[in-house]
Amino acid sequence: MSDSAKTTEPLLRVENLVKWFPITQGIVFQRHVGDVKAVDGVSFELYPGETLGLVGESGCGKSTVARTLLRLEQYTGGAAYYKGQDIFQLDPGEMRKLRRNIQIIFQDPYASLNPRMTVGDIVMEPWEIHSDVVLKSQRRERAKQLLDRVGLNPDYLNRYPHQFSGGQRQRIGVARALALNPEIIICDEPVSALDVSVQAQVINLLDELQDEFNLSYIFIAHDLSVVRHISDRVGVMYLGKIIEMGNDRDIYEHAVHPYTQALLSAVPLPDPTKRDKRDRILLEGDLPSPSDPPSGCNFRTRCWKAEDRCAEEEPDLIDRFDHGHPSACFFAEPRTAVL
Amino acid sequence: MSSEPGTQAPQPADTGDVSAGAATGGGELREAGLWKDAWRQLRRNPLFLASSFTIAVFGLMAAFPRLFLWFYPGNSSPRSCSLSNSVGRPSATAWFGFDLQGCDYYTQVVYGAKVSMIVGIATVIVAGSIAVVFGSLAGYYGGNIDTLISRITDIWFGIPLILGAIVFLNAIGERGLFQVTLVLVAFSWMTMLRLMRSATIEKRDADFVDAARALGASTSRIIIKHILPNAIAPVIVYGTIFVGIVISVEATLSFLGVGLQLPAITWGLMINSSFRRILQVPHLLIFPGVFLSIVVLAFIVMGDALRDALDPRLR
Amino acid sequence: MTADDTSTPDWEQSLDEEVGLDPGAEHLLDVRDLHVEFPTDYGVVNAVNGLSYTLDRGETLAILGESGSGKSVSALAVMGIIDKPGRIPKGEVYLQGVDLLQLPERQLRDIRGERIAMIFQDALTALNPVYSVGWQIAEMYRKHRGTDKKEAFAKAAELMDRVRIPSAKRRIDEYPHQFSGGMRQRVMIAMALALDPDVLIADEPTTALDVTVQAQVMRLLSDLQDETGMGMILITHDLGVVAEVCDNVNVMYAGRVMERAKIHDLYAEPAHPYTLGLMRSIPRADQKGRPLDPIRGQPPNLAAIPSGCEFHPRCNFAEDKCTVEEPPLYRVDEHRRSACHFWEEVLRVGQRQDH
Repeated sequence: MSDSAKTTEPLLRVENLVKWFPITQGIVFQRHVGDVKAVDGVSFELYPGETLGLVGESGCGKSTVARTLLRLEQYTGGAAYYKGQDIFQLDPGEMRKLRRNIQIIFQDPYASLNPRMTVGDIVMEPWEIHSDVVLKSQRRERAKQLLDRVGLNPDYLNRYPHQFSGGQRQRIGVARALALNPEIIICDEPVSALDVSVQAQVINLLDELQDEFNLSYIFIAHDLSVVRHISDRVGVMYLGKIIEMGNDRDIYEHAVHPYTQALLSAVPLPDPTKRDKRDRILLEGDLPSPSDPPSGCNFRTRCWKAEDRCAEEEPDLIDRFDHGHPSACFFAEPRTAVL
Repeated sequence: MSSEPGTQAPQPADTGDVSAGAATGGGELREAGLWKDAWRQLRRNPLFLASSFTIAVFGLMAAFPRLFLWFYPGNSSPRSCSLSNSVGRPSATAWFGFDLQGCDYYTQVVYGAKVSMIVGIATVIVAGSIAVVFGSLAGYYGGNIDTLISRITDIWFGIPLILGAIVFLNAIGERGLFQVTLVLVAFSWMTMLRLMRSATIEKRDADFVDAARALGASTSRIIIKHILPNAIAPVIVYGTIFVGIVISVEATLSFLGVGLQLPAITWGLMINSSFRRILQVPHLLIFPGVFLSIVVLAFIVMGDALRDALDPRLR
Repeated sequence: MTADDTSTPDWEQSLDEEVGLDPGAEHLLDVRDLHVEFPTDYGVVNAVNGLSYTLDRGETLAILGESGSGKSVSALAVMGIIDKPGRIPKGEVYLQGVDLLQLPERQLRDIRGERIAMIFQDALTALNPVYSVGWQIAEMYRKHRGTDKKEAFAKAAELMDRVRIPSAKRRIDEYPHQFSGGMRQRVMIAMALALDPDVLIADEPTTALDVTVQAQVMRLLSDLQDETGMGMILITHDLGVVAEVCDNVNVMYAGRVMERAKIHDLYAEPAHPYTLGLMRSIPRADQKGRPLDPIRGQPPNLAAIPSGCEFHPRCNFAEDKCTVEEPPLYRVDEHRRSACHFWEEVLRVGQRQDH
């Protein structure tokens, strides 16, 4: 899919996105003492109908990318072009219009639905805000169709979110995101709060909807096997940067960045026969603080390949082996892993 | 999650699961939401039932004093007094006896409910509205708006309710219901504002608020539809308790001679004119005192019951 | 704890005698027909309904289940720390031949920590924020053994070293919030292991951690188990973690064991439809581009558990029988049990389609 997609124009082009959260001290007179560099120069493209996975451990900035793209957080630097328009430069009216095209599904199905609103109110709220999308008289009917499409009983319209289980709530969240017929849906850990058995239901639903409505997904998750299943291309993030990017094979079978390799080797596989056959890379230490990232390559403090050069110079995210498989490591090299 | 009281009940200890509480198999109807859940609990709480009954009785007394007088064998007109009855003892025809001016004391005490209830409820409604509006604005916007509102609140907080009221009421010549209420409002909005502000801050970053923002919802829509209904419970609880406190403060002010003035009929004034004769005519102190205590207690108990019902952490 | 502790020390002997623990008992831990219930406003929630298992020295037993399966509650019941209004209407928990549920609270307190210990998912809430980590570990020795302060702190430092906390001596006076998630988990492990327990119950010990840290902690736990020979119960929902470290598995659903098996059998050929469904729900590399095969429906409501087999509303193998007759734990082979009337059919399907 990604190969054919690349011949077309990207739907979304993110260039050098930066999001720093200021650290301040003092109550009345706040003093700026530093920044948490949550996202520190991320670039990628999203093509129509494609799923781009973003993986990484907590604190790598993957959710901040999502929130900044939706302007739920104020951007610090960079640009994000949706069909040529920089999202960050839109005035409020234009931004409101654009929101019809980019929607989000949240991680926590308990926190993402207003407990005081009925399912019907939640699903129809997008049409109250963008009142020209669906005529008032048709909204209930359309809401029922939407519920039916995401696999919920349409008669549930008058119920409250807490009357549903986690998986069902997540379906309500999907219905809300679909209501405005968006082109892009950002899925921020959409299945990580769900039980395994229910998780697969939601993944299938997202897959079906993508084909049916020609959606593009930015799929953010920490579960590498889920991301592999759903994504056409995958970006691996570490401390606010993408350190390797490629298609499913590039990342999961021919990873070249040491962090990607360590991450993959740490994933517990649901297959006891591979228990002793795997060549584990156990990373030492913890993630450095994003308010004070290491100089040069920010992975060098935990990297077994690090040399002096890594502390002085930051490696660019460029093609080092295959075409379309960029990595940010001076010493990138393929390594076969048992998966 | 804090607003989801019931969902965790079915598996209190199974905290290991991220989606704990998925107890509603097949989406069947089990719980009905914070307010309906609270109502279920309140319905069975004898303290709540007793206090709401008491408040209802005093509410009726304030609105329709004649309801409590039509069957009364004594003099049911509060303004027709006869000095010949001065400080008469309670009897079958004058249940609570007579006061100094020879007015029927039962009738007086019944008419006294009006001021207490109006001052208490009106003060809390007006102060609560101020608190909800500015508290949610401060909490939602944060930054300079928050700093401004919060600092003003802090400074205002430094003035105790009774002291502030005494100072201001002393400065006013004519002290009617309106003036007393206004002064009480001026010194009683701060705690409710702080409660509203912190509840708003807690909900402001909730995912469902972000979802609304991502849909392009206006700020007023976000505050009114998404934050307010989820953040107002603590203010309601505190406000209920505060009605009782305001009523007692009003009585205190009247007692001290800086509240309502004669010929207004209030429990505070009754206590004021009787306390020097407590040994000779104790009933003049006891009857308004007891009524006052019952009303204050009823509001405080009701607020407590509401808090138990609305605070998920106590379930 | 240290190398010279290999001979049975005094305090252990006295505890053994007082309680009547029998080191020669057939199993280290023997849980029989355990039930736990919670009365709520909406009816009685049956969190655990007849759970039985045994644990031997050196064994790693997984209790695998999703939310509401009763896996965590069952562990709390074994530890004797079920919060009110929860209660244990039925069941026995034998630790070396002694039923813990019958012991008075005072003796139980001695046994917890000394003989059986537990670690939790969330180390930040399990540790006391106002005491230094060294103090909290040392407290284990001071409370249980009456060790003096200086020696207790020395032992605490030693232990922090053993759970591979870098520069342990320097960090002993730091507070829980100064540690990262993975390091806090190590502190909790150190506290659990301080008194050299025979049984360690680990309740989702790595769920809150990132994969790279999870790998470190799981490695640590299995190394420590090799050193001490303790029996370990690993409570988790993660099929990957189970496959990496466990010997035997209990699969729980709606408070009951659905299947019990040796690790390789379970993954190679599940004998229960729920296990089969779990295995198929995980995305696999060779499945890419095809839909996953999830279990239909939603997890059960524990206040209204389905009649007959708990799993029947979600089961592809279910027939009329399943709605009325609760399946016993059928014997599949010597080590294997399945609570499914049609386990033979499930086995055949599993063999045909899997791997």
